[in-house]
Amino acid sequence: MNLNATLYLQLLVFFILALFTMKFVWPPIVKALDERAKKIADGLAAADKAKSDLALAEKRVVEEMRKARESAGDVRASAERQSSQLVDEARAEAARIIAQAREAAQAEAGVAAQRAKEALCDQVAQLAVAGAEKILRREINTQVHAELLANLKQELQ
Amino acid sequence: MATEHAANGPSPGDYIVHHLTHFNSSGQKQTEIIAGVVNYDTLFYSVTLGVLAVFLLWLAARKATSGVPGRFQSSVEILVEMVADQAKGIIHSAESRRFVAPLALTVFVWIFLMNAMDLLPVDLLPTIWQTATHDSHAFMRVVPTADLSATLGMSVGVLLLCLYYNIKIKGLSGWAHELFTAPFGAHPLLWPVNFAMQIIEFLSKTLSHGMRLFGNMYAGELVFMLIALMGGAWAMSTTGILLAIGHVVAGTIWAIFHILIILLQAFIFMMLTLVYIGQAHESH
Repeated sequence: MNLNATLYLQLLVFFILALFTMKFVWPPIVKALDERAKKIADGLAAADKAKSDLALAEKRVVEEMRKARESAGDVRASAERQSSQLVDEARAEAARIIAQAREAAQAEAGVAAQRAKEALCDQVAQLAVAGAEKILRREINTQVHAELLANLKQELQ
Repeated sequence: MATEHAANGPSPGDYIVHHLTHFNSSGQKQTEIIAGVVNYDTLFYSVTLGVLAVFLLWLAARKATSGVPGRFQSSVEILVEMVADQAKGIIHSAESRRFVAPLALTVFVWIFLMNAMDLLPVDLLPTIWQTATHDSHAFMRVVPTADLSATLGMSVGVLLLCLYYNIKIKGLSGWAHELFTAPFGAHPLLWPVNFAMQIIEFLSKTLSHGMRLFGNMYAGELVFMLIALMGGAWAMSTTGILLAIGHVVAGTIWAIFHILIILLQAFIFMMLTLVYIGQAHESH
């Protein structure tokens, strides 16, 4: 246990090593550590943000789904309304056409009946004249009896 | 060496003394308590291990990235983080920490490596040295921290830093004021007492700082030598085989225990370095 000049040299080595570490070892390692700590902190923050974003997005999806469902219901209701309206219109149109057709047919039938009746009257009048001729055995002057015949025809109608 | 010499039989005392003698610039055993010689072996091992220490740290620092670290980088980072945390807790000036924290890291790794030299077989490196120099009596001690000059050299370094920071933080007059008024008070009659106490405090801090490490390592080395001696003596007695077994058992136990000591002493030296420099920052 004795002291000697080794002490001074050891002292010198001590400071040289410490200075070396201060210059070349400590800063890069501490820098890397700080950067990594920041990275990790950023990553955690990003993860948190992503989580809250996801929750928001899910909420929005639910909302959108609800809206879509509602509007689909609206669309369906209005489509039903429109289709029933169309059907009603078509039905009314059809009824109108049918009524018109029936009216036309009836008018036509009335005209035909009238005409048939007139023809029948003519023939009845001629038959009556012919019958009377035969009965009287004598020719009836058509000009003389035209008035009479017209009156007869009038009565038949 | 123990077994080598067993045939011609150096006395156990000779063996121990030989092992505790430094290879110095005078070429012979230093007999004075204080001398101007230099211990080459201490310097060689401390510089080599110091360079190794900063080289290992530099290797990690060179490739340090903020990405996923490898195992080596992680282990160095754990060390750095540990030292940085301790420094942050003890020294509150960020500017001082820029030098003191790396210093503490260096001291920790360096002293651990120097202490770890104790775990090599006590005769391994000396025998290689003696073979290389063809001198069977060449001196060589391999544990630099078991040399008081080395440990006191480092603790004096810490003392110088304490003085530097005292002046830097408190100013020359502020520090002088503190030297004379702390710890007892500002009364003029107390000035000499205060000053004496301060000087004693600095001296005792520095001495105990260096002596603690030295004492532990010196004692550890001595115990390893005694264990080696026990094994070396097995050829000389009839119960020798018991001594050989004793060597193995005691050597194993002591070496395992010593792992704790070398780490603990390195840590204590580092912590005291931080504490003393931290005290230099605080006003009484």
